[in-house]
Order: sequence, then structure tokens, then C-alpha cells
Amino acid sequence: MGNKPNTQSAESHLTTPTRLTGAEIVWATLVGEGVSTVFGYPGGAILPVYDALRKFPIHHVLVRHEQGAAHMADGFARASGKVGVCMATSGPGATNLVTGIATAMLDSIPVVCITGNVSSKLLGSDAFQEVDITGITLPITKHNFLISKTEDIAHAIRYAFQIAQSGRPGPVLVDITKDAQQGTAIFDFEAAKPRPYRPHPMLKVEDAGLTKAAELIRNAKKPVILSGHGVMESQAMEQVRTLAERAQIPVALTLLGLGGFPASHPLNLGMMGMHGESWVNNAIQDADLLIACGMRFDDRVTGSLSTYATKAKKIHIEIDPAEINKNVKVDVALVGDLRAVLEDLLPRISGRDGSAWIKTIEASKGDVSVHDIKNIPDSGHLYAAHVMHDLWRITNGEAIVSTDVGQHQMWEAQYFHHEKPRSLVTSGGLGTMGFALPSAIGAKMACPEKEVWAIAGDGGFQMTAAELSTIVQEKLKINIAIINNGYLGMVRQWQEFFYDSNYEATPLVSPDFVKLADAHGISGRAVRTRAELAEAVKEARTCDGPFLLNFMVEKEDSVYPMIPAGSALHEMIRRPGKNPIVESPDDK
Amino acid sequence: MTHTFVAYVEDIPGVLTRVASLFRRLNINISSLTVGRSERVGLSRLTLVCEASSEAGDRIRASLYKLENIVDVDDIAQAPNVTRELALIKVAATPRNRAQIFDLVEVFRARIVDLTSESLMIEMTGVESKIEGLIEILREDEGRILEVCRSGKMTMRRGHHTSSVLKAMGKGPDEKPLPEEANDTTVDIEPA
Repeated sequence: MGNKPNTQSAESHLTTPTRLTGAEIVWATLVGEGVSTVFGYPGGAILPVYDALRKFPIHHVLVRHEQGAAHMADGFARASGKVGVCMATSGPGATNLVTGIATAMLDSIPVVCITGNVSSKLLGSDAFQEVDITGITLPITKHNFLISKTEDIAHAIRYAFQIAQSGRPGPVLVDITKDAQQGTAIFDFEAAKPRPYRPHPMLKVEDAGLTKAAELIRNAKKPVILSGHGVMESQAMEQVRTLAERAQIPVALTLLGLGGFPASHPLNLGMMGMHGESWVNNAIQDADLLIACGMRFDDRVTGSLSTYATKAKKIHIEIDPAEINKNVKVDVALVGDLRAVLEDLLPRISGRDGSAWIKTIEASKGDVSVHDIKNIPDSGHLYAAHVMHDLWRITNGEAIVSTDVGQHQMWEAQYFHHEKPRSLVTSGGLGTMGFALPSAIGAKMACPEKEVWAIAGDGGFQMTAAELSTIVQEKLKINIAIINNGYLGMVRQWQEFFYDSNYEATPLVSPDFVKLADAHGISGRAVRTRAELAEAVKEARTCDGPFLLNFMVEKEDSVYPMIPAGSALHEMIRRPGKNPIVESPDDK
Repeated sequence: MTHTFVAYVEDIPGVLTRVASLFRRLNINISSLTVGRSERVGLSRLTLVCEASSEAGDRIRASLYKLENIVDVDDIAQAPNVTRELALIKVAATPRNRAQIFDLVEVFRARIVDLTSESLMIEMTGVESKIEGLIEILREDEGRILEVCRSGKMTMRRGHHTSSVLKAMGKGPDEKPLPEEANDTTVDIEPA
């Protein structure tokens, strides 16, 4: 952290219009927007901005790769609910952000990315490190700006913050030419305010729709609430819970919705979709009413659309009109902010008896528990599911867990039970490997008082392992769990199920991760049996600094149940055991 | 089915790319696109025509609205409207066979706007089918058509101004839209 002399002047800029350089305006505007941390990497075209940093009370985290900066800003936003900010130079710096920006876009995460670009007279000339980053990021941002005039910087950044947070959130990129950073202009924070937020004109919550929804809920025999990420984004946890409790409706969650409804709640069914437990998906297939709250019927949630919940009427409460009837045709669309819609709907909902339906679902849990990996006797082998289950128990489920993508991500979702919103940081929509470590850094910067675990597979971890240095440089207490099975596990699983076990390009040689950690000055140890698991986790938690656990798990284990892509939600592949592998409700 | 989107967009660099990119991503071909200044300072009006399923219309409109630089979007292919296209057609014509083309131009209510010893230019405004009718007849003589330049469709709803968004922004005129029936009975005063 650099010296921060007199930061008082930086704040006085916000009240008194002052002549500043474009670079200073960038920081002054960020200060005005309440930013305290920026993740970035310097370079030629953004150097003026970096040169001005010392005058402002903002902490800059130097990353090891710009993808990490974008993921950190993303993790920061997911854990805190605030806007995450990342910064990069032109050309390769900017293109390295792309995967991170797309990750934030697919999961509707508010991130503002600031990139430097070559001087305005060189735009379009293939100058050194020049790239058309606004063109490149056009389809993966909510909006982006190319700024070549100093006087436009403050407004663009303020506008970017408004766009990133409003409606359905998402990433916004502001590309600023070097000459705009070097020029001067009067900085007037107040005058740079964007025009008032304009809600999407197709938002529509009509009385008739609310009445119809209430009527459908009243008459339903087998209703299920589908609770998604929007529950967190519009802070509607209370409202969803009230709806579920008052009308006694069980709640199924999407991957990004985990934590939006307490895992321990008796009405919580668990995660739905491709790796959801059978009773969750069977309940959805049997339901006569689905109440979708802030979710978008992703293909990983629905399976084949033609067979999806065919008996159910559907109510869709969603803030993005472009999501209505996109995948699943709905009977009632309440297009608006989830919390506001539920507040209008709840007075029309009265208590109802849901016990028969809940009992039916409960009964269907019994026969699947025999497949539960938790019940597999300790064979001396370490199963990833055991790791997740024990991590959950030992941390009391109170840690923020950041996961990568693949098998370990699904095991985490199945066996680490999230009680609170913003306690799971994971890339759902884009499915970005390498997300866990950098996003955990962002989450830890946002919530320094919280215990943070990064859980990654041996494949994904190596994609962004360079950020171990960032953890050390920032002196962050982050625990890292590598679920090491020597394969790109989820791909191997697909090869096993759908490609005749032809394990092409999935066996993976890795470094000794404990030694790798050691080279960074991070303590660690390998864990090979379940017997040593608890002790190892305890050691990690009590260690003052970051700690890496290398869990050597069963090599060819698969995530069960699994709905093959494009199959019906009830046609799941089950863990081989007493019952036939493919089991649908009709088989019973 | 054919969708005709009319949109008010900010008149700044890059907006057309954003609109076009949305259709590119959906793998939908834009069959016609016209853009020009509107009655409002700083806003351009565009008419965009494409083929897409009937369900896609609402989603495309909703997605267009999500673009930050778009102020208003209307899908009006199914609504009573006036649609016109402008065409400039250069044809080979010598003093000997000009008269025949003059007759054609008369029949189609087009105009000759340029004349040289080897060629002449026809300007025609009308609905698509009328323009295509003229082009087809001109094509009957091989090699006669030298160049065709068509503006693409421009569309406006019949009746009073109905843009709800501009009104919501406090910029729209106060008149109430005509009732639907009134719209339906309005006749096209220029025969196609």
C-alpha cells in the first residue's frame, strides 16, 4: 500500500468544482461513488491514471493477470452487493479482462471496468497495444463507453455505476484514451450525475396479473417456488420466505440462488437442475404450479424444454422483460423488481395447507438416501462429497465459499449448505474455470471479517494459480481447498457417460500444490484420507496466514444424480447401487 | 413473420453497431434498415425490418430496449401504418428508346431526375411491391438497368403519435392516440 498523503483534498474535490487532470478525475469520481478498492494491472496507456493514484484514498490490488482483476471485482461485488471495480491497460491488458467480463455478464454482476487506450488520434491505427475493446466487449457488457475527451470522464464513470447496478445488474466498461487522461478539465462531481435511472419501459405488474397469481397459488395442490439469483439482487429474501411460509410452498433453488433461502429451512428442497437431488427435480416435474422468482429457466435447470414441468402453471416474477417466455412459456408474468412485486402480491396471499404435498416430497427423499455418498462407509478413499460435507460442518456453514467450475462446484452445491445470501461465489452462467481463487480474493477484500474458502479442482486452479502471489502481497487470510483427482473431472465424467470412457485429454499432471504454495510462502498440506480431514481443516483455519489443502480424492468419482444435457428433468443417472441407474417416477 | 421495428436512438457513434449486433447474435438477417434524424434534437429514428418467429418479436423489442442508447422501440408490422421506400434506378436509354421509358415512368407515377444521351435516372417512392414492379418490367430488356439504389423501408403508424415512452419522459405531444377503430378506417390516400 502506497503512502496516502493528504487525502482530504481528494474529498474536497467532490464538493468544490476544481480543475483536474483526466487521470485525477478517474480517481476522484471513483471516490465519489464510494469505491475503496480497485483491482488492476498497470501499463503504458493507463499510466497517467496510476500516476495520480497516490493522491486518492483508494487501495489498489495488483493482480498477476487481468482476468484475475475482473474476477476479483466480480467476487467483491457478489460478496458485498456493491459494485466491483477493475482496471487494465490497453491491448492485451484489456483483452485479458474479457473472460472475467463475460463471467459477470452471464451472472448479472455489477462490475465497472476501466481501461486505458492509446491517444485519440491513434485510435484505429493499429498503434502499439491498441485494440478495439469497446467493440470486443460490446456483446458481453450491459453498456460500454469510449471516452476521448477529459471533460466526459466523470459523467461516463458515474453513468457506468448507475447502469451496472440498476435493473438487472451487469458489467460496464469505460475505455479512456491516454490524451483524455492527460488533459485537464473542471471536475464537478454533482454536475456529472447521469440522468435519472429509466426503468425498462416493458416492466409490467398489473393488478389483474397479481390477482391471477394469487388465485393460482390459492388453488394449487402441488406448488413449488423456484428461487434464483434475483432474490439476492433485489433483496427479497424476507419476501420469498414469507410467501413460502404463509402458503406452505416448498422452495427449490438455482445454483446462483443458493443462500437466498436458508438451507436448514424445512421448506427448502435444495438445488434443482442437472445435478439437483431427485426429489427436487421430481417435485418440479410433478408440480401443478411453479412460482419462478428472479430466475431465468436456464437449460441447466430445465433439461429438455418439451418435457419440463408439463403439468404446471407457471408464474414468472422477473425484472428483465427479455427473459419472459424465452425458454418456458409462462401463464402469468409479473415483470418488475422481485421485492416490490412480492410486496404487492403478499397481501393477497392467505395461509393454506400444504402438508399433503410436502409429505409426498418428504416420502420421496427416503428411497434416494441409499445413494447418498455421505452414507458410503469409509473405505480409506477420500470422496470430494465428504470434503464438502465436513468443511460445511466444521465451518458451521458460515464461511464465504468461492468455487471454480466442474465436479467440485456441484459437490459443493450439494453438500455445503448455505444459510445466508452472498455466502456462495460461483460462476454459474459462463462456467469459468479459474474463477475460484481470484473471486475469493475479491470476496475477502469485500468482507475481511469473514472466513473465506476458495475451492477449486486441480484443473481450474492451475488456470489462475498465479494469484497466490496476490494473496501473499495483500496479506490475506484465505483458505484454499484443491479437490485433486488427477482429471478434468467433469469432462472425464461426460466422457465416461457419453463417450465410452474415452478419456481423451482429461488426465492431468499437476505440480505438488503444497510445494507450490510453499514457494509463495503459503503453508499447506495434503489430505489423503477422511480420518485426517477434520484435523487438516482445523490447521488451515487456525493458521494466521493463507493455507492450502490439497485433497487427494477418489480419481474416477462422478457427480450424481445427473440429468444428461437435453434429457427430461426426471430422467436422471443415479449413483450405481441397489436401484437401476436410470430411474424416473414412472419406474416406481 | 415480418417484424418492423421503429426505434428512436441517440445520435452518437456506435449506436448502429449495438443495434445490428443484437440481430447478429440472434442470427437474424436485417432485410432493411433506414436511419435518419427525427423530430427530436439528438435522436435518430430507424426503421428495421427482419424475419423472425412471432414469439421472437417481444423478446427482440425487450432486448432493444435494454440497449442504453435506445429511447423508444415499437414493433408495428401488424399495426395500421404507412410504409414507403425510395428507389433511384439508372437505366440505359438512348434518344431512340427513351419514349418507352417515359411511358413506364408515367404509369408508375415515378419521375425522371437525370437525363444524358446514354442513360436516365428514375426516382420512385412507394411501397415495396410497386418499386419491385417497375424494376421487374425494366429487367425485361436485358442490360437496361445499370444501377439500383433503394432506401429500405420507412414506416410510421397511422393516426396520432402514440409513443408512450417519449410521453413518459415529458417530451411527447399531448394528443391522445386515436381509438383503434379510427386507425383501422384510415385510408391510404396515395394508392400504392
